[in-house]
Amino acid sequence: MFARMTLAALGLGLAMSTSVLAQETVKIGVIAPFSGPFADAGAQLIAGVNLYIAKNGGEVAGKRIEIIQKDSGGAAPDVAKRLAQELVVRDQVDILAGFALTPEALGAADVATEAKKLMVVMNAATSIVTEKSPYIVRTSVTIPQVNYVFGKWAFEKGGAKAAYTLVADYGPGLDAEKSFAKGFTEAGGQIVGADKTPVQNPDFSAFVQRVKDANPESVYIFIPGGAQPAAIGKALAERGLTPPATKLFGQGELTHPEALESMGDTANGIITTFHYTLERDDPINNEFVKAYQDANGGRSPDLFSVGAYDGMHLIYETLKKANGDTTGDGLVEAAKGMAWDSPRGPMSIDPETRDVVQTVYIREVKKVGDKLQNVIIDQIPDVKDPNHGAAK
Amino acid sequence: MAEITQTIVDARGWLKLQTRWSPYEIAFWVATLLPFFFLPTYLSLASQIAITALFAISVDLVLGYAGIVTLGHAMFFGLGAYASGLISAKLGWNEPISGLIFGGLVAGAVGFIVSFMIVRVQHLALLMITLGLGFLTYELANALSSITGGTDGLQGVDISPIFGTFNFDLWGYTAYAYSLIVLFIGFLISRRIVNSSFGLALRGVRENVKRMPAIGSDYRFHLQKIYTISAVMAGVAGALLTQTTETVSLDTLSFNRSADVVVMLILGGTGRLYGAILGAIIFMIARDQLSGLNPQYWYFWIGILLMVVVLTMPKGILGGLSRLIGRRDE
Amino acid sequence: MISQFAIVLFDGFAFGMLLFVLSVGLSVTLGLMNFINLAHGAFGMLGGYIAVVVMRRLGLPFLVALPAAFLGAALVSIVFERTLFRRLYKAGELNQVLFTIGLVFVAAASAAYVFGTGLQVIQMPSFLRGSVEIGGMRFGTYRIFLIVVALIVTALLYFGLERTRLGAQIRASVDNQRVAQGLGLDVERIFAITFALGSGLAGLGGALAIEIVGLDPSFGFHYLVYVLIVVAVGGLGSITGSFVGAALLGISDVAGKYFVPEIGSFLIYLVLIAILFVRPHGLFGKR
Repeated sequence: MFARMTLAALGLGLAMSTSVLAQETVKIGVIAPFSGPFADAGAQLIAGVNLYIAKNGGEVAGKRIEIIQKDSGGAAPDVAKRLAQELVVRDQVDILAGFALTPEALGAADVATEAKKLMVVMNAATSIVTEKSPYIVRTSVTIPQVNYVFGKWAFEKGGAKAAYTLVADYGPGLDAEKSFAKGFTEAGGQIVGADKTPVQNPDFSAFVQRVKDANPESVYIFIPGGAQPAAIGKALAERGLTPPATKLFGQGELTHPEALESMGDTANGIITTFHYTLERDDPINNEFVKAYQDANGGRSPDLFSVGAYDGMHLIYETLKKANGDTTGDGLVEAAKGMAWDSPRGPMSIDPETRDVVQTVYIREVKKVGDKLQNVIIDQIPDVKDPNHGAAK
Repeated sequence: MAEITQTIVDARGWLKLQTRWSPYEIAFWVATLLPFFFLPTYLSLASQIAITALFAISVDLVLGYAGIVTLGHAMFFGLGAYASGLISAKLGWNEPISGLIFGGLVAGAVGFIVSFMIVRVQHLALLMITLGLGFLTYELANALSSITGGTDGLQGVDISPIFGTFNFDLWGYTAYAYSLIVLFIGFLISRRIVNSSFGLALRGVRENVKRMPAIGSDYRFHLQKIYTISAVMAGVAGALLTQTTETVSLDTLSFNRSADVVVMLILGGTGRLYGAILGAIIFMIARDQLSGLNPQYWYFWIGILLMVVVLTMPKGILGGLSRLIGRRDE
Repeated sequence: MISQFAIVLFDGFAFGMLLFVLSVGLSVTLGLMNFINLAHGAFGMLGGYIAVVVMRRLGLPFLVALPAAFLGAALVSIVFERTLFRRLYKAGELNQVLFTIGLVFVAAASAAYVFGTGLQVIQMPSFLRGSVEIGGMRFGTYRIFLIVVALIVTALLYFGLERTRLGAQIRASVDNQRVAQGLGLDVERIFAITFALGSGLAGLGGALAIEIVGLDPSFGFHYLVYVLIVVAVGGLGSITGSFVGAALLGISDVAGKYFVPEIGSFLIYLVLIAILFVRPHGLFGKR
């Protein structure tokens, strides 16, 4: 009698535990560079992912969230494609995410289409990315999005009538130059010179000297983040090409915290365009930044972090809306038109292009207290990428 | 442990001995078919390993057999990759086999031109010149990004099914079969070359280049010949990558690729052909598994692997293995 | 026109001087010991991180961080040389390449683990910031500092080699190792000291480089190529060669980008190939 009860209890316990084990999992494959020259981007990206999960719990719509990380090593579309294939075929992921660089996103796009999986692009910033597959949704930014309106702003409100452009000779740089110049000249401005720097460029003296020779009213710069912004900022300062004598325009990476610290007071007055400003005083952002710094040894979030954070938000919300249904078609439909308040500000997903629509902020470097910060001086709401559907 | 064997005086006889297939070799090639049945989720990786192995063999031909240390061979890999990619994306020529041959020929043509310079320098100068040429090609491809697609990669590469029937599928069955067959053909050709009088002449050049003219050997011609053949093979490997992934970008020309393949070759053991294949397999599997376990610091363990191999197996892994099974070194 | 050219020359020369400090060690050890140490760049990175720690964690000034970087890198290199490298002297070039590349991987991963993947920033003392005006032209103060440091290093090296006994022993060993050994010189000890010196200079170069090009875990890989180019162009085992080679490369790189920016990224490789084709041993190579 006692034995029978014990057996029954054991059996019940076993049945319960297996049903707990049988709780379904939503697997998300995150492809990003975690080694090589872009390792920092990958590190910030996964930190954003982990922060969202820590804050909102590891369960959505009754299912457990599992993240599988894969290192793409850098700009290698063949590797990204293989990793995406393996994630789908071997690990049986439901969603593909990550993609710090455009080549990775383009490489994996075909896999998303063929396997019919939602692919959340958390950073890659070239316009054509979302056009490559109907399953791609982007939660980051596109370069034309922030630079086209910036070109217009620079002429209309920035007080610049002529500009010299200096960009790095690779996809993002060329994109930035094209869109800024388009916006600037359409508004009435004139481009007086255009130079390209090599992507790995340790020394800017030659290029800055060329700019100085032309003595333009303003300079527009786009270079990769990391060490180069500080280098070019210092090179410009060495030659006296600083605001207010010469207006300096650029995209947000130019004035990231380490660059500002390295440049010092010479950075005062640089005007940048970006979708995410670390110092933006807003309750959601303040909470986000504090939580991020606490979780990452004092390191501040950047565009990779917030793109990933919002990417996870999108995944969670679409899963809830689709009631846990993980098919690509269902999730993409749920994503279209979704809108929310992110640490960066209000953002939404355009139902036609599946791309991000958000506020573009114009910031100026100013001294606040004893620290240099990017202070928001203007903003343009509901900006879409200007290239989708437009003839190139 | 010295063994006195019968000295084979006849050169042709010796060569014939070398070309006999050992049972280990046959076992190896049969084993390459296993992924189809037992590891179908690893077929894409297997395909890329086969491609890299072919590339490694092409470098072994010049580095292991002819003694030309090159740090820029990705130049030919990338040229083949872009050539086959461009005829598909820009000219709409999507047939794979002819695209493969075209990629090889383009790379070979450039290899032939470059070989004139290669044979006139040695040692560090040769190494640095191959390095410089590799970087130049990379920068050139970047400068022509309107044609090549630059860092974003070439878009619009669409390869038709092989022989009209074998489509490139998501799992990678076609890709692996295709790459494996091309690898095997490349291997057979290389085997033929190194076990011929031409191959012996190359080894003579590697050992002592100054003596070669004294025995009447036109070493410059030999070196140019092998360099060009190697370039063709590297180009075919590059074209394979483009066709199986339907994408090509600047990283096919990168210094990393040149350096990685040399690392694989030294790891496996130079001058043995199988060393190239083994090195490619071990390095790529180690990298794949380690980066799966530890996406952020996997290269720490790769570094340890390399250091340990050098300290324990000076002739590469294949050298270490052959010592283990008691085979005499060549 | 002349003033612009002068500034371009000056900037290029300063960049070249940075490359010189980073590379001279490799040139001497390669020429002396025939040991291909591709981890040379990793010692540079080590020096950079030592400088960062000294300045940020210990709060000491920049001018203390520089010798600390030199000494730290030199000491670590002695440890490696004694325990690992000397087993590889007879191991053949390819094995040395493989081993030292493995070491660079380990160093880069360790740096990423300890310091993170982000960029390291240090604050320059105020007397090294900004620019100086001479004859109507602005020259960056830090670049002047770089040139001064490089010239001091060159002078010390020359003096050391020409006037000291150790220097004479090093010169003898570079010229003909076997004879030097035959004359009773302790070649192993000379190797160790020279290697430490060379790696220490790399560490100094790494610390100096932070302000100009930045520091992150990929420094060892990134600057390896530049260092190899300087060493090959200058010639192995020659300080003059490294100096001239580095200066030439720095100036041609900057001048190329200034006058014809379209070929700016090509020029350094064209110069490399052209020089090596005409003079395969480098400009001042010994063999």
